[in-house]
Amino acid sequence: MVTSTQAGRRPEVGAVPAVARRRARPRPGGSYALYLLPGALLSLLVIVMPLAMNVGISFTRWSGVGSAEWIGLENYTRLLGDENFWASFRNILFLIVAMAVVPTLLGLVLAAVLFDYVAKQIGPRTAKVLRSGFYLPQVLPVAVTGIVWGWILNPSFGALNAILTNAGLDSLARNWLGDPAYALYSVMVMLVWFQLGYPVVMFMSGLQRVDPSLYEAASIDGAGWWQRFWRIAVHQIKPEIYVVLVTTTIAALKVFGQIFVLTRGGPGNATLVPSYFAYQNFFERAQVGYGSAIATVLTVIIVVLAVVFLRIQARGERRDLL
Amino acid sequence: MRAATLTRSAVLAVLTLLVLAVLSPFVLVMLNAVKAPTDYASDGPLALPDSLYLKGLADFWIRVDFGEKLVNSLVISGSVAVLALVVSIFNAYALGIGRVRGRGAFLVFFLLANLLPQEALAYPLYYLSKAVGLYNTQLALIIIFTAIQSAFGTYLLSSVYAAFPREMLEAAAIDGAGSWRTLWRVVVPISWSSLSVLFTFFFIWTWNEFFLPLIFLISNDRQTVPVALGVLQGDRLMDATTTSASALLGILPAVIFFLVFQNTLTRGVMAGATK
Repeated sequence: MVTSTQAGRRPEVGAVPAVARRRARPRPGGSYALYLLPGALLSLLVIVMPLAMNVGISFTRWSGVGSAEWIGLENYTRLLGDENFWASFRNILFLIVAMAVVPTLLGLVLAAVLFDYVAKQIGPRTAKVLRSGFYLPQVLPVAVTGIVWGWILNPSFGALNAILTNAGLDSLARNWLGDPAYALYSVMVMLVWFQLGYPVVMFMSGLQRVDPSLYEAASIDGAGWWQRFWRIAVHQIKPEIYVVLVTTTIAALKVFGQIFVLTRGGPGNATLVPSYFAYQNFFERAQVGYGSAIATVLTVIIVVLAVVFLRIQARGERRDLL
Repeated sequence: MRAATLTRSAVLAVLTLLVLAVLSPFVLVMLNAVKAPTDYASDGPLALPDSLYLKGLADFWIRVDFGEKLVNSLVISGSVAVLALVVSIFNAYALGIGRVRGRGAFLVFFLLANLLPQEALAYPLYYLSKAVGLYNTQLALIIIFTAIQSAFGTYLLSSVYAAFPREMLEAAAIDGAGSWRTLWRVVVPISWSSLSVLFTFFFIWTWNEFFLPLIFLISNDRQTVPVALGVLQGDRLMDATTTSASALLGILPAVIFFLVFQNTLTRGVMAGATK
């Protein structure tokens, strides 16, 4: 579990708590429940109550001041007919590709090459340095990654267009973030860049668990590198792949900072995401009820995803361990 | 033999190119943060600066009062790291060692609390903080992030404490130590490496937060580094070299933390893995 946090990023889902499954033993005495009091009160105040309020507000029309008017499910039916709502979730699918699918696939290959080839043939030091290189973007605050890329992709003074122009490739220069045809893809490239180091680190640490004799056995059976990678390595680090896929998918659902800094959801709704859509309704349009409905839908999706994952993982664990 | 050398060089070349591609935004930022605007205008973003030009960085530092932003971020992240660690220790002590009734439900709650989208809490928190006069204060953020980070800390630390050597607890009990003394004299010192890892994570995560600080800190003089830099983007005064300077100022603390904390993290990870 700790390894999943090595990356200095938030691992949002882990294994089913091992503590829960253990049979209770006689307690050493003393009232431990008291220790839970500060944490429970704090959670009640900062998490439970606001969450319940948010769900309540989603059934009202409210500008944030004055009294809220109960309108039942109207906000939700309005969502179903709102083009921006659908756009924000369509865009999220693209961001899941950029944050979860592509980094996981690329990360698998890179981790395997670094661990199995570079570390053994060239030296573990080289592998470590390369790993750190891939990982560096992960340590940045998301807003700062937005600043870096906002400048590189800027149409008038951005580095990318300047480089293209200097190389005589003016025709390739684009308004990368301002043109609806390219904006979402530009954001996706930036997210792949940001996210790639996390699976590389996770998978490399997972590969250390793989029993070398499995590889040897496969080599004797005449399996090539690619087969060994696919049949053994990928199979053995399935738990890490699960964790990476779920944490990055949930992270993609929550993306806010990069969009706020880079595009504000634009042009039009080309890069709109649910969290920014909710933010707009809360703080720019004073449609608090509607914003709450968006936030509630997002929450339900994330919780369902997490619960499904925990179930799958719990089943896998039982199968693997027993 | 020759084929093997060839493969070796090819693999290394491809990997090096990939890493350079990943690092190129950092290089671009560094090159242009220390370049004079006229230099940039004539030679473009790829050229080495004619001379080390630090005025852009200095001007930007003064313009956003970056020192103040660093202090704000340090105060918020440091307070959250300490407080969230204490709350996590208490919670995990009750759940992992005390095995209080309903601990399974509590753990699932803390896990889910940690992955909730902040959007679902933001408006009520904003409203409540206004109602109690905490809006636009760093204290509000410290309270909120203490709750959010300690949810994760509780989850992680509970499984560490569930495997805590029982003999040590029993020995402490025989020596007549109550649960309070046992916690501070036995449990905390022994789990120190896990705790230092959590502290580091809490600090860095809080430092990197953007959404809630953006909402809660509207006065410029209270803002954190990411918020102060983030809201400036799109500003008319931001040209190529100024933007690179602002990016560099955002990058440097993060990279420094990473380098400083790297050993703590590795040590903690080892301790966690062999627990």
